[in-house]
Amino acid sequence: MNTTTAGLVFVVVLVGALALSYGPFGDYMYRVYTSKRHLRMERAVYRLVGVDPEADQRWSTYLRSVLAFSVVGVLFLYALLRLQHRLPLSLGFAGMEPGQAFNTAVSFVTNTNWQSYSGESTLGHLAQMAGLAVQNFVSAAVGMSVAIALVRGLTRKRTDQVGNFWVDLTRTCLRILLPVAVVAAVVLIAGGAIQNLHGSRAITTLAGGTQRVTGGPVASQEAIKEFGTNGGGFYNVNSAHPFENPTSWTNWLQIYLLLLIGFSLPRTFGRMVGNTRQGLAIVAVMAGLLIASFAVNAGFQMAHHGTVPSAVGAAAEGTETRFGIPGSAAFASSTTMTSTGAVDSFHDSYTSLGGATLLVNMMLGEIAPGGTGSGLYGMLILAVITVFVAGLMIGRTPEYLGKKIGSREIKFASLYILTTPAVALIGTAAAMARPGERAGMLNAGAHGLSEVLYAFTSAANNNGSAFAGITVNTNWYNTALGIAMLAGRFLPMVFVLGLAGSLARQQPVPISAGTLPTQRPQFAGMLAGVAVIVVALTYFPALALGPLAEGLH
Amino acid sequence: MSTTAIGAPVSPPDIPAHPAHPAQPGQPGPPRQVRGGLLDPRQLWRSAPDALRKLNPATLYRNPVMFIVEIGAVFTTVLAIRDETAFAWLIVIWLWLTALFANLAEAVAEGRGKAQAEALRRTKTDTLARRLTPAGGEEQVPAPRLRQGDRVVVEAGEFIPGDGDVVEGIASVDESAITGESAPVIREAGGDRSSVTGGTRVLSDRIVVEITQKPGESFIDRMIALVEGANRQKTPNEIALNILLASLTIVFVLAVATLQPLAIFSKAQQPGIPDTSALGGNGVTGIVLVSLLVCLIPTTIGALLSAIGIAGMDRLVQRNVLAMSGRAVEAAGDVNTLLLDKTGTITIGNREAREFLPVGGTDEHELARAAQLSSLADETPEGRSIVIYAKNTYGLRERAPGELTHARFVAFTAQTRMSGVDLGGSAGGQPASEVRKGAASSVMAWVTERGGTIPPDAGELVDGISASGGTPLLVAEATDGAARVLGIVALRDIVKQGMRERFDEMRRMGIRTVMITGDNPLTARSIAEEAGVDDFLAEATPEDKLALIRREQEGGKLVAMTGDGTNDAPALAQADVGVAMNSGTSAAKEAGNMVDLDSNPTKLIEIVEIGKQLLITRGALTTFSIANDVAKYFAIIPAIFAAVYPGLDTLNIMRLHSPQSAILSAVIFNALVIIALIPLALRGVRYRPASASRMLRRNLCLYGLGGLIVPFIGIKLIDLAIQFIPGAR
Repeated sequence: MNTTTAGLVFVVVLVGALALSYGPFGDYMYRVYTSKRHLRMERAVYRLVGVDPEADQRWSTYLRSVLAFSVVGVLFLYALLRLQHRLPLSLGFAGMEPGQAFNTAVSFVTNTNWQSYSGESTLGHLAQMAGLAVQNFVSAAVGMSVAIALVRGLTRKRTDQVGNFWVDLTRTCLRILLPVAVVAAVVLIAGGAIQNLHGSRAITTLAGGTQRVTGGPVASQEAIKEFGTNGGGFYNVNSAHPFENPTSWTNWLQIYLLLLIGFSLPRTFGRMVGNTRQGLAIVAVMAGLLIASFAVNAGFQMAHHGTVPSAVGAAAEGTETRFGIPGSAAFASSTTMTSTGAVDSFHDSYTSLGGATLLVNMMLGEIAPGGTGSGLYGMLILAVITVFVAGLMIGRTPEYLGKKIGSREIKFASLYILTTPAVALIGTAAAMARPGERAGMLNAGAHGLSEVLYAFTSAANNNGSAFAGITVNTNWYNTALGIAMLAGRFLPMVFVLGLAGSLARQQPVPISAGTLPTQRPQFAGMLAGVAVIVVALTYFPALALGPLAEGLH
Repeated sequence: MSTTAIGAPVSPPDIPAHPAHPAQPGQPGPPRQVRGGLLDPRQLWRSAPDALRKLNPATLYRNPVMFIVEIGAVFTTVLAIRDETAFAWLIVIWLWLTALFANLAEAVAEGRGKAQAEALRRTKTDTLARRLTPAGGEEQVPAPRLRQGDRVVVEAGEFIPGDGDVVEGIASVDESAITGESAPVIREAGGDRSSVTGGTRVLSDRIVVEITQKPGESFIDRMIALVEGANRQKTPNEIALNILLASLTIVFVLAVATLQPLAIFSKAQQPGIPDTSALGGNGVTGIVLVSLLVCLIPTTIGALLSAIGIAGMDRLVQRNVLAMSGRAVEAAGDVNTLLLDKTGTITIGNREAREFLPVGGTDEHELARAAQLSSLADETPEGRSIVIYAKNTYGLRERAPGELTHARFVAFTAQTRMSGVDLGGSAGGQPASEVRKGAASSVMAWVTERGGTIPPDAGELVDGISASGGTPLLVAEATDGAARVLGIVALRDIVKQGMRERFDEMRRMGIRTVMITGDNPLTARSIAEEAGVDDFLAEATPEDKLALIRREQEGGKLVAMTGDGTNDAPALAQADVGVAMNSGTSAAKEAGNMVDLDSNPTKLIEIVEIGKQLLITRGALTTFSIANDVAKYFAIIPAIFAAVYPGLDTLNIMRLHSPQSAILSAVIFNALVIIALIPLALRGVRYRPASASRMLRRNLCLYGLGGLIVPFIGIKLIDLAIQFIPGAR
């Protein structure tokens, strides 16, 4: 079997597996979010936190709960990272510096998992397990809760309530994330990922030299790292490390896990709005964009005309030989199209245009399928914008799923669309305007610019993958990227919940022959077109001076 | 609700094509597009001073997109003064022209309204009103001093001093000043034709009018304000679109502003490369940066947005409809349910004879002759239709009443509900024969009185016709005192031509049509099936109508209706789009949010189309405007940066002559496209009723794909033309 065939089998099986789980897993999540029953363990949690699980919240209360929960998360994680040397299982590492601790705490609470530290040489087991792993669960759950609140806004009528954040959060963690993560961790252990509490050990390599290798609870963190689209690796090299991602099939499994929720939530959405074809339309757009991105990326990697790539048959620099180009390209496309940001190859080493596709993936706003929850709400916001333009073109006040898209709705949707590009572009421009920060670049010229653009795009979109090459553990980058992550995560949530609130208040308009059908290929195509055009128009100048300048000859 | 019958949506059986009828005024033809007037180039010229005036930032700031263009124009002017190059000045000129063209679009749209307002103002003559005093006398008062509740006398030849209701008398009134219709109309006290409008002229008789307007708030005053767009408020969809455009503008401001540090860095990385007119050591030059920004922000739709709104209202005015708010016009495009009065809208006003059915061995011709004779003295439309039908179908010559000797005509009255003629016999003596035609029950009584019997098949036929929605009239004859029934004339409602097609269109657009009628459910159902409406409300009272509207609205639907009577006022007020007939009462006109000066109930369908066209035009031009940006990037980005990164010249797929000509071409295209689209904005995009997906496909292909491709061609052509002029070389 040659590389291309292997790659094709890899991707086809992946698509098949996701298609098979779409229905059952989406339906399962639908039941989780609509069930009236509380588990005993959940009741215990509610009593502990002191909330009434039956009381729904207005959108503003829901938002306050999200923000309060996240602020507490940041503070707790910050304290844990700063004080780890005074706590057990520190492996003798010192507490983190303030700038880096802030950056890391924000990074994990915002589901970004940008890592300006190197895991095996900075963090002890307690910080990894009680700090990062916990946020891996809850930050994913926060995103899903907000997405579900938006879907409720679309389905409910004449109410100002969009659900109960604490119930959504608890259920997501206990009924969706934990069970799957446990099973996935066991499977990863079976595949060779390690799971222990060892510290650093000296080993003798085959060549006879010695090397220090750090052990730890890797498999358990790996499972939720992918499943919750977090991406913060136990090791600095992330999923390229054999302890995190031992074989080609664990590589497959990791991609499957990081796409699973993103691709199944549209089914949950379809069930909740009472029309599964609506969900199918959304998932079709997601799949179309992802497959196109993968094809373009793999194409650029395979067809590069450099001397070395021609000799070895493809641009293999920076890719793990265990996974090959297709496996790496699939992972890279999936990780940048979701908000995961885990890597099993080095994006900085991709061909200029191959790297550009990864950059564009993130610029799309991570909607195909995007992060847990955030992908769905990002796509729904784009659907609102699309419906608005399309609705006008058929001569009616635009409506989506029976809800009118008026000025209030458009205001929230526009602000959402505006936020991430603003954060990414302003961050990049600010860094490029400062001589000190320019010095952080490893490469000169257009490639160096791409590194900075990538860093801020990654932070603003809460992706967390890095183009590498750039030195980001400076106070300025730690702070600026931290702020970018916060703004890129919570401002959109404000607008999403605001939109949910104003949609929930409406009385739905009945569907007629004059209604724009949003479940047909026509609309799906237009939605994909709007997503691409909006990104192209926003980022074209920056892309032109980065990867395009480098890649076009 | 007592006897309301809402039928299930009917799918009527095939009905044979009915005979052709003379065209009725306002009768809908086959599907046609809503058209506006053409743009006269002179109009552009005339509006130029207004367009210049609108450059005033104090007013322009309301249009954020064009305001940014103006700021950019001022900024580049300053730069051009400091750094005098031909290229800079060319850009400056075209940036100013961009702002000017946008104002021109608005000014032209307003100009049309102003012309109409002028015409209306001329009708506002300062008349002296003859006010009745409480004591019973009369005094002369200037018209503007009249108050609500004042009663004035108006006689033939005088102008009506203000809006009001006729409380005494009947008169023919020339309302051409407001409706443009030269035929006079009858206005009388009581009933639904009592309202008169100030500025119209009484042609005959004398009426007493009770003034209902407040001073200075007459119908004509409001009309002038409306067509001038003096206090035009943005409609909900327009506001939403403005928000979207504003945020797109912000995105592009950010994209362009953040480009600068990136450009400085890129330039610094290639020290050997000389400065160009677009890119220097300080980054992209201000002139080029502003050019890029102006090309990217949605200037096309930003420039035309208000013109589209004004022109939409204007199209309504051209159709003699006055909308009290733009909101109502927009709502018309969203209507889900259309309530249409049967009479006048779906059927032509009156029932007509469609069949002669002889009974008891009578000859069909004999019946026709008797029916015609007995109807000669019947001046009601039904009676006349019998005469015409007998002539057309049986070749019976129409005879004037005086032509028959020894004939005594019995005119139709509402009491006897019969008309007829007595023939033969000497003057004063018994007539040889008497012929009568009239309502079944009346004629039956007449026959029985004269000793005749009613044949059983007559009763059956009468019931059958009633059941199928027609009106049966009995024709009977009494010869020498012996009376017998000759037969029956079946009168039927005549559904206007083309209505079924119209309703099919409506259905495709997702609009449900409901026929409102005072008829019984059986009759209503039969007409509903023939006309092809989706539903009907039979034996409708005003309360039923109101309840129906409320019920529809509870389900989230938008309802449109027409009405004229005072008792329609609550329903008109409740409906989302209430079109009052100008012939109706003041109460109805107050309650509705539109007034149809032609008093043509079919107009509602056109109003819906205009509402939709308004939204489609906005959506189409927005799509066009955004799609345009792709080509502009391909023109400007390589023009700026190809010097630094030669690879970027690959993006110059139009192979434009030089960086200067590329940037200038993009700016010129951006300005010219505004002028080119003014006619489209004023006329509205072509609208054909179709399902949502078809319409979307069509408009996406035309304005989305077109918007993508057209600028590539346009910019290339402009580049070919300007590459020789200094500054662009």
